Amino acid sequence: MLTQLTLRERHLDQGARFAPFAGWEMPLQYEGIVAEHRAVRERVGVFDVSHLARAWVEGPEAADLLRSATTFDVTSLREGKAHYSLYCNEAGGIEDDVFIYHLSAERWLVIHNAANADADFERLRAVAGDAASERTAETVMLAVQGPDAVGLLASVLGEGFAALEPRDCAELNWQGALLLVARTGYTGEDGGECIVPADRAESLWDALIGGGATPAGLGARDSLRLEAALPLHGNDIDATTNPYEAGLGFAVSLDDGAPFTGREALVAAKAQPRSRRLAHLAARSRGVPRTGYEVRKPGGEDAIAMLTSGGHSPSLKIGIGMAYLPADLARTGTMLEVDVRGRALPVEVVRRPFYRKPKG
Amino acid sequence: MDYETPEDLLYTEDHEWLRREADAADEVTIGITDFAQEQVGDVVYLELPADGAALTAGEPFGEIESAKTVAELFAPVSGELVASNAELEERPELVNESPYGDGWIVRVRVSDAAELDKLMDAEAYRAQLPED
Repeated sequence: MLTQLTLRERHLDQGARFAPFAGWEMPLQYEGIVAEHRAVRERVGVFDVSHLARAWVEGPEAADLLRSATTFDVTSLREGKAHYSLYCNEAGGIEDDVFIYHLSAERWLVIHNAANADADFERLRAVAGDAASERTAETVMLAVQGPDAVGLLASVLGEGFAALEPRDCAELNWQGALLLVARTGYTGEDGGECIVPADRAESLWDALIGGGATPAGLGARDSLRLEAALPLHGNDIDATTNPYEAGLGFAVSLDDGAPFTGREALVAAKAQPRSRRLAHLAARSRGVPRTGYEVRKPGGEDAIAMLTSGGHSPSLKIGIGMAYLPADLARTGTMLEVDVRGRALPVEVVRRPFYRKPKG
Repeated sequence: MDYETPEDLLYTEDHEWLRREADAADEVTIGITDFAQEQVGDVVYLELPADGAALTAGEPFGEIESAKTVAELFAPVSGELVASNAELEERPELVNESPYGDGWIVRVRVSDAAELDKLMDAEAYRAQLPED
């Protein structure tokens, strides 16, 4: 039984084609993946990301409780700021990646991936007890992304949003409803995310669409995040990969000495040279390297890795992908091959991200 | 949803179309139907054989890569590939924008004209499209 979105009718009005995703019936695309992708890169798109689980941690102990739940030292996060963090297991493997928002002195929000929502909430409960509550169904979450996103959000939401800097978050009053807004996202573009009470979600959606936002689905969300080299949990990072080999060391705080699950393993992992690294591969010929395809040395027979993600980059018009490669093959400029259904597609190890938004 | 199905074409169960060419009686132009381009989504790349390649009816002869998936192209008739649409190398999206026009895929010299008789006309093709 799939959970249906509060805004399902609005999505149908926009021509959505739905697909099941992590127990939710989600818009896969509307007009088309590439058109939606371009709209986000060139103008502004709106994604319904209500499948992301929203857990609050509240009370005077919230910061300290939350510190021991994930890898990042959230006590260093001042009010009104958000940061990326990880739940790890004892071996230092990544159980999920999350975004943590410091809303006010005693109020924090943690965004969990839909596929891991139940396990994540148990982890949070284990450290925070009754201070943690998951209230996903009460709200709708919309991501507004693209070069025109901040302007659109400022015009719809007003001064409260216009004042925010990147990674800022705030609670603001919008037409009598309490909205949670943040300058965050998952596309490599500027923009924001809004959490709105379910009974006001249609008004906000209509205002965003009326203001020129193109509705965008999970298809475009995936191609956008892949171009931005943002990892997807379950694909590029999972319980068997550690943050350092995934290039996510910035999400791990060890210096404060605070305990969290996986700390010992991560101290050891950080001290060791990486045996493998998540590398970024750009196709140097025509073809689409897809998730799960094998990576080989040029002319080689044996697989050295599998693509954890792969696809066509609409912005760069080339195939791109990611794979964990032995450290000596993960250096920028290394030429390798991807087996595209029996055909060797030459690929080059490149720096991340694949796509960076133009400055200015 | 209403899909275009021009009357003057022949169709296959694999959602490909054929047009008999007036300038060469034994040649046909082949593409994918409006329904097929809608199903496969944004076309980003086509893998096609070189000119002169032999095609066998019912066998795959190429691949069509879209933003979300890859689909095989099946030869609707046996014959020799006379030309593929070079424009698609730079603009694969033509397959979506103009499936029966600028988005044509290959031109084939048919080796057995009797195979053409087994294909559907527009009415028969429309009848077996899903209702939805």
